[in-house]
Amino acid sequence: MIVADRKPLQEILEYIKDYKKIMLMGCGGCVTVCFSGGAKAVELLASQIKMARKEQGNDIEIIECTPTRQCEYEFLEELKKDVESVEAVLSIACGVGVQAMAVHFPEMHTVPGLNTKFMGYPVEHALWEEKCAGCGDCVLEWTGGLCPISRCAKKLLNGPCGGSADGVCEVNKDNECVWQLIYDRLKKLGKLENLNQVRKPKDWRTSTNAGQRRIKFEEAML
Amino acid sequence: MKSGSKLEKVLTAGKFAITAELGPPQNANPEAIKKKAQHCLGVAEAVNITDNQTAIVRMSSIAAAAIAVSCGLEPVAQMVCRDRNRIAMQSDLLGAAALGIKNILCLSGDHQSFGNHPEAKNVYCLDSMQLISMVKQMRDEKTFISGDPIKEYEPKFFIGAVANPFADPFEFRVVRLAKKIQAGADFIQTQCIFDLDKFEKWMELVVKEGLHKKVYIMAGITPIRSSRALKYMKTEVAGMSIPDELIERMDAAEDPKEEGVNIACEMIERIKKIEGVSGLHLMPIGWESITPVILERTGLLPRPEVD
Ligand code: SF4
Ligand code: SF4
Repeated sequence: MIVADRKPLQEILEYIKDYKKIMLMGCGGCVTVCFSGGAKAVELLASQIKMARKEQGNDIEIIECTPTRQCEYEFLEELKKDVESVEAVLSIACGVGVQAMAVHFPEMHTVPGLNTKFMGYPVEHALWEEKCAGCGDCVLEWTGGLCPISRCAKKLLNGPCGGSADGVCEVNKDNECVWQLIYDRLKKLGKLENLNQVRKPKDWRTSTNAGQRRIKFEEAML
Repeated sequence: MKSGSKLEKVLTAGKFAITAELGPPQNANPEAIKKKAQHCLGVAEAVNITDNQTAIVRMSSIAAAAIAVSCGLEPVAQMVCRDRNRIAMQSDLLGAAALGIKNILCLSGDHQSFGNHPEAKNVYCLDSMQLISMVKQMRDEKTFISGDPIKEYEPKFFIGAVANPFADPFEFRVVRLAKKIQAGADFIQTQCIFDLDKFEKWMELVVKEGLHKKVYIMAGITPIRSSRALKYMKTEVAGMSIPDELIERMDAAEDPKEEGVNIACEMIERIKKIEGVSGLHLMPIGWESITPVILERTGLLPRPEVD
């Protein structure tokens, strides 16, 4: 899932300072699961904004909504009437949702209320960790299902580096060294030989090097 | 001869080799290099010129290495994977060879979060293993990493890499050394050694695998001036092994500097006897003037002549 985090309230207030009536749009997808952009987050942020603006003596009207997914035009289309009744949309979907919104309603000023962080999952209650950087050429087959591209601070394909100690990454003590984990896991699987060969340089063309990437699913074409 | 460097000649002649280290200045002053180079002349076969070590901006290692060449000193130019992609690295390798640099040391590099530009974006287009094989490919196959031919004048380097016997997982450290040899390393400089027992254990495994016959291993030595420096390294530097006895010994010393030199000399005497070690890499951090003293006391001066 995509994991995102609320922007500071001050920053959000600055974005919408010129507007008297906005829509605050959440998303029922990933950001609902990670608490940052679901219906509850919409409700909470709306009341925080209203309170702050009231204190400034500059009331604001907010229409709250949380479509099933903000990143699909058909869900946005259902909100058309409400969208057209406001001066701006504050979106607390991930960056993908914000862009879908901005493109679908080109006349509308849409601003982000979240910082989109990464693709990951909750490793325990209310703690998410990054697990994939979308590099476009997955290596998990030979790494025991653990990703060195998103989880190693140096994206090593031939790790671990010389700073791996006691299972901890030298760059960030909160993180386990993923290369230690890969080693341990392959040992358990009886596949340590996966680490005997020097792995060739990665072809970064599959990654974010040439701007937007596209996927066309031919079989589903109408 | 792969590169014809002095370091290569001394090592292939089976002589115990010495390398030292020189950090370029944090400004554009060439005199700083020339001055430090004077300490190293006649003391070491070659001197590592660090590449923005600990991610602090300094004069380019290749520019500083070229200045060292002009002083009659043989450099080992370090190249890290942190700051450059494969295009820039190959371009710099061509430039380094053109400037008379014959030894290259390939490293992944300290992460930018340790330095004075933590906001920087890192590159790691290649990792250190892949950098080693690229330098070898350019030299031996006379092609760029893309496969395009290098038309004559291929860069010929004696290729160095690093090994840290003290990092985890310990059992994998020998496999990793074997991979660096497979990639094309000609010589290895180790992380600075304080835990000699662990180093000996690692070398036993290295010898058991026959790796010492495929690569020249140079043991890293850092003379220390105070127990404070040791304690700092123990707690702050990842992948270092520092025995408590050493700290106690430095704590108890009346003259810590003298004791530091004693310790370094004792370690060198023990290392000389370890099978498979071909030389020393001396890294006296900010204490360059002590290098000749230590080498003198351990009978490693004068340096052997090679043609
Ligand atoms: S290797 Fe690439 S695609 Fe696979 S998990 Fe890692 S970043 Fe994602
Ligand atoms: S300690 Fe491990 S995870 Fe951290 S940079 Fe080194 S190899 Fe990567």
